Amino acid sequence: MRIFDPHIHMTSRTTDDYERMAAAGVRAVVEPAFWLGQPRTGAGSFADYFDSLVGWEPFRAAQFGIRHHATIALNPKEANDPRCREALKLVPRYLDKDSVVAVGEIGYDAMTPEEDEVFAAQLELAVDHELPALVHTPHRDKARGVERTLAVVRASGIGPGRVVVDHLNEVTVGAVQDAGCWMGFSIYPDTKMSPSRMVEILRERGLERMLVNSAADWGRSDPLLTLRTGEAMLAAGFSDDDVDRVLWRNPVEFYGQSGRLDLSETAAGEATFEGSSILRGGS
Amino acid sequence: MDPGTLRTALAPSPGVGWLDDGVARVSADPASIIRLFAAAGRHCGRAPLPGAPGWTADQAARVLLLGALPAGDLARHVDDLYRHGDAAEKLAVLKALPLLPIGDAAAPLLHDAVRTNDTRLVAAALGPYAVHLDQAAWRQAVLKCVFMGIPLAVVHGLAGRADAELAAMAEGLRDEREAAGRRFPDDALALLRQST
Ligand SMILES: [Zn+2]
Repeated sequence: MRIFDPHIHMTSRTTDDYERMAAAGVRAVVEPAFWLGQPRTGAGSFADYFDSLVGWEPFRAAQFGIRHHATIALNPKEANDPRCREALKLVPRYLDKDSVVAVGEIGYDAMTPEEDEVFAAQLELAVDHELPALVHTPHRDKARGVERTLAVVRASGIGPGRVVVDHLNEVTVGAVQDAGCWMGFSIYPDTKMSPSRMVEILRERGLERMLVNSAADWGRSDPLLTLRTGEAMLAAGFSDDDVDRVLWRNPVEFYGQSGRLDLSETAAGEATFEGSSILRGGS
Repeated sequence: MDPGTLRTALAPSPGVGWLDDGVARVSADPASIIRLFAAAGRHCGRAPLPGAPGWTADQAARVLLLGALPAGDLARHVDDLYRHGDAAEKLAVLKALPLLPIGDAAAPLLHDAVRTNDTRLVAAALGPYAVHLDQAAWRQAVLKCVFMGIPLAVVHGLAGRADAELAAMAEGLRDEREAAGRRFPDDALALLRQST
């Protein structure tokens, strides 16, 4: 089973995770820029974070033969803090980087006027930079959040096929499917979505435009739940080809719209000389 | 290496027309280098250049873009492109430094590069431009190579610059490795023998 995790926050994960992911068949990841557990206090903090997403983290992933790409954006929660708002000015420069394959995570957290503004501005950036967009949906008041999200996407003029609306569930998937956007599902140990519920959704709605991710981050989460979902699909009678479509070809198709996906082999230690400081225990 | 050789080596590359346009644009409007520099790999590719051993197409293209900047403002642009670059852009800046008329103005970038844990950046910081690293920083960087498993062949002018202090530092590392039953690289052993 080859796995492309289209949404995972590796910054918050350890090298042990990379090792387990590689062993489980994960060969490529997309890491969206988002909030950390600790709120940031200024644009400089975002610059360091974005630098890490296009610098250190791809290097770290390559040690384990995993291709790392990123999406860049000012997230909705911190868009509400005037001190962080300045980070919006940093975003365009990062959208030009080779490994940046979408604008994201954008969308709503508490659906404030500030979020409206920053969401629309960043959809415009996606259009200008000819990049797809990764849209987060709020955890609270989700159904109305998704409705409002889809309205903003429609108004922006970006093609629905260039947008993934993420963290969906049984209640919210229908509207997104009808809108023609890609549907993202974050498989979590006990909240958002489970492998067995995911299999039911795939049975009901088909495999087209479906993206399954672990969204693993600093909270309780598991980077191998993509694999578990693939296993649950097989157990439910889906074919190997079906699993490959959902866990590999779909994310390749979606992010491939950026023209920037690089899935060439990371030869063992390509980014290193005879192994690396990470594999050898740090310097 | 020199920019002329890099341009010749790039001639068969599909992106060479894009690059020539880009060089002209940077000459006319230096600020345009920001987006062009980031996009160089997508247009010129990232494959090793047979005509320029040790260089890839994106690195060579970036050197030629840097060469089109006005001399009076070169240091500021180079600093900005490095500081806002992804790993490939940073690497290209470091490799370009000895080919640019920039004096010692970019020495702070070497200090940044050797502080990283990216073996490619550490290695690139120890090229010919490392003459602008002070001896103490240079020794630390060489020892870091041994520590990180970077072959010492990447260090420009190693034999001429290695001194007794570097040998003493390497000897300390060898003793620790021996005590731990871990291998000490042959090229570092050779350095010890030469300096003691
Ligand atoms: Zn996320």
